[in-house]
Amino acid sequence: MAIELKMPALSPTMEEGTLAKWLVKPGDTVKSGDILAEIETDKATMEFEAVDEGTVAEILVAEGTDGVKVGTVIATLTGEGEGEGESAPSASPPKSEKAEPAEQKTEPTPEPKKVETGARKLFEAATHDATVAEAEVPAGTEMVRTTVREALRDGMAEEMRKDERIFVMGEEVAEYQGAYKVTQGLLDEFGPKRVIDTPITEYGFAGVGTGAAMGGLRPIVEFMTFNFAMQAIDHIINSAAKTNYMSGGQMRCPIVFRGPNGAASRVAAQHSQNFAPWYASVPGLVVISPYDAADAKGLLKAAIRSEDPVVFLENELLYGRSFDVPKLDDFVLPIGKARIMKPGKDVTLVSYSIGVGVALEAAEQLAGEGIDAEVVDLRTLRPLDTETVLKSLAKTNRMVVVEEGWPICSISSEIAAVAMEQGFDDLDAPVLRVTNRDVPLPYAANLEKAALVDTARVVEAAKKVCYR
Amino acid sequence: MARAAKPKAPASAPPATPNRERPPEPQRYQASKDELLEMYRQMLLIRRFEEKAGQLYGLGLIGGFCHLYIGQEAVAVGLQSALKGGHDSVITGYRDHGHMLAYGINPNVIMAELTGREAGISRGKGGSMHMFSVDHRFYGGHGIVGAQVSLGTGLAFKHKYADDGGLCMAYFGDGAANQGQVYESFNMAELWKLPIIFVIENNQYAMGTSINRASAEDQLYRRGESFRIPGIQVDGMDVLACRGAGETAAEWVRAGKGPIILEMKTYRYRGHSMSDPAKYRSREEVQAVREKSDPIDHAARELEKMGVGEAELKEIDKDIRRIVNESADFAETSPEPALDELYTDVLVETY
Repeated sequence: MAIELKMPALSPTMEEGTLAKWLVKPGDTVKSGDILAEIETDKATMEFEAVDEGTVAEILVAEGTDGVKVGTVIATLTGEGEGEGESAPSASPPKSEKAEPAEQKTEPTPEPKKVETGARKLFEAATHDATVAEAEVPAGTEMVRTTVREALRDGMAEEMRKDERIFVMGEEVAEYQGAYKVTQGLLDEFGPKRVIDTPITEYGFAGVGTGAAMGGLRPIVEFMTFNFAMQAIDHIINSAAKTNYMSGGQMRCPIVFRGPNGAASRVAAQHSQNFAPWYASVPGLVVISPYDAADAKGLLKAAIRSEDPVVFLENELLYGRSFDVPKLDDFVLPIGKARIMKPGKDVTLVSYSIGVGVALEAAEQLAGEGIDAEVVDLRTLRPLDTETVLKSLAKTNRMVVVEEGWPICSISSEIAAVAMEQGFDDLDAPVLRVTNRDVPLPYAANLEKAALVDTARVVEAAKKVCYR
Repeated sequence: MARAAKPKAPASAPPATPNRERPPEPQRYQASKDELLEMYRQMLLIRRFEEKAGQLYGLGLIGGFCHLYIGQEAVAVGLQSALKGGHDSVITGYRDHGHMLAYGINPNVIMAELTGREAGISRGKGGSMHMFSVDHRFYGGHGIVGAQVSLGTGLAFKHKYADDGGLCMAYFGDGAANQGQVYESFNMAELWKLPIIFVIENNQYAMGTSINRASAEDQLYRRGESFRIPGIQVDGMDVLACRGAGETAAEWVRAGKGPIILEMKTYRYRGHSMSDPAKYRSREEVQAVREKSDPIDHAARELEKMGVGEAELKEIDKDIRRIVNESADFAETSPEPALDELYTDVLVETY
């Protein structure tokens, strides 16, 4: 009886991958724990191990094949033991050279389960592109589909080629090529002097980076995730943000702190948090949180060039998403400018980072119900582009803020305050906030889903402010 | 209070690990008369400047926290005289006036910063704890205990990255020596062989907590052992011992051997800050140090032995008093910052 081996999922959001290499061939006997193949995604490489004992009957997907969907049968095994079989003797008698024909009955292994989670829904919403062209891009510019991950890397590499003072430092940024592969290839191009692996020592290396910036260099400090930057927040706030002011403009601190922020998939409370409102409350910092790949690149380049300390909040779920990036030699976007992602006249949906995908998805659904929503991507959270927000409000007279983060003292709260203080006469309904629930993020799939912001709640809120 | 006065045989600290290279034991610096006179002048300038700052605080002209360096003058003066001014970086915590004066920064702009005036070195926006002079490569002036150690490691990183032959001297106290980031910095500094001299100014009290009540290992020069950083204990009340240690440390660091720790045994005469009544130690303890081991008296006696007469020292004192009085006048009469300064220099660029 043959056992089917299926393409495994390396992460909860993985949909397909590359079968990089087979380490067995038909006729080989394998036992539990043997490495069968190497599987790659754009962010990780994993060894695929045998669970069952048996003889490799057939390789169904050749090595080097890209885009193999999770769950595809990639090989079959003629089994000895069934199940785990740990106690079975390791040396199973070799079968005949020619494996038995695959026509015989196969025993299906369970399909990797696609769990419906909140993060997955966010991830799926993040396929939405802007419906209007980026104003900064000249008409007719060629567009290249690029992942957010590559766009960030390209942005860093382009700037590093031009300015020797720029270096990247963080945990696993060099030899490992980045915990999330954002710094992939940088070590090869720029060498260990400029791409520096640090010990796991966030407070220390945030201080070292800040000191180097004070001394005249231009550090890019990567936090593996911003959750760990809490260990280092003293240097971000007290050392980097305040120095220019405290020194009467004498001592600058041109540094970029970057890394993934916000909820990832099923990693629970300590690894799922949006720090945007924290940093955005601090005078002396610039805070950027892009949605698509073009913004990731154009704004990261601007952040690196800035004379000010910048907190650059990325999103892990977005890293693997592809968007159009203009093919230009030097694509830099202005800091502090929001962007209309989709024009509309009935209600304004304001968001940033992964929330923009949710807002665009909601706008799509609202269109089906005859509501024409305008979607604004804030992009920079400090300084906040209140002008664009208020202009949109003046046009639609209704506003919903969408945020993958907690509701209290949030960016949503700030936008609501701005709308009330400066756009009161334009409001035909109260501004509503649609955010994550006010709880630490739970692990259980159903609870996580209930906690995270989602499209249905945005649609509901938009209808409510439209009195529909 | 003999422990500050006579640090136990500073020159005979046993090697941390005998099979590892150690810097040579520092020799007390053989100063010429002119060199010692200059150090004396600088120490006296710091002493008189700080006394004046204390007076102005009492008059309400200086507010907030104000930490005086009185008693510790030999450390900054001795060590920084071994550096290349304007080339090597210096960074310290909030007790920073002395290090600035020892690096040749104009007393007027320091005092005017203390009084919060527009002419202050930080345009009145930093105050006592937050002063910088990028021109002098003096990088602050940091109010968070221990932060300057990581930042200083970053400055050393810059010297190495730019390959400019410079080093960083990062000062911190016996209190800061218990902060976690200090050890994170030790680790990276040694791992990357960064040119940094970690100077622990052990003045015996972290605010009101004596070193023995706060430190499991109170021989602070040993704190680098598990990072393979050599440490030397120095008599911080003797300016020439400080200078000698500075020379040895700079040589070690400039040779590319990585960081070094200097533990300077010193003593502050005043409270932790102006608002500290210093009830945690006896008046006698302070008095004993002042009488037996004052760094300025110590240098004066040495100068006398070199043939400098009392009249010459008096002349110096007069001159210093004049400079300090001028700085006080300048600081009192300079205008406060214009109100529109409130919003300047938050960010460098306009977005």
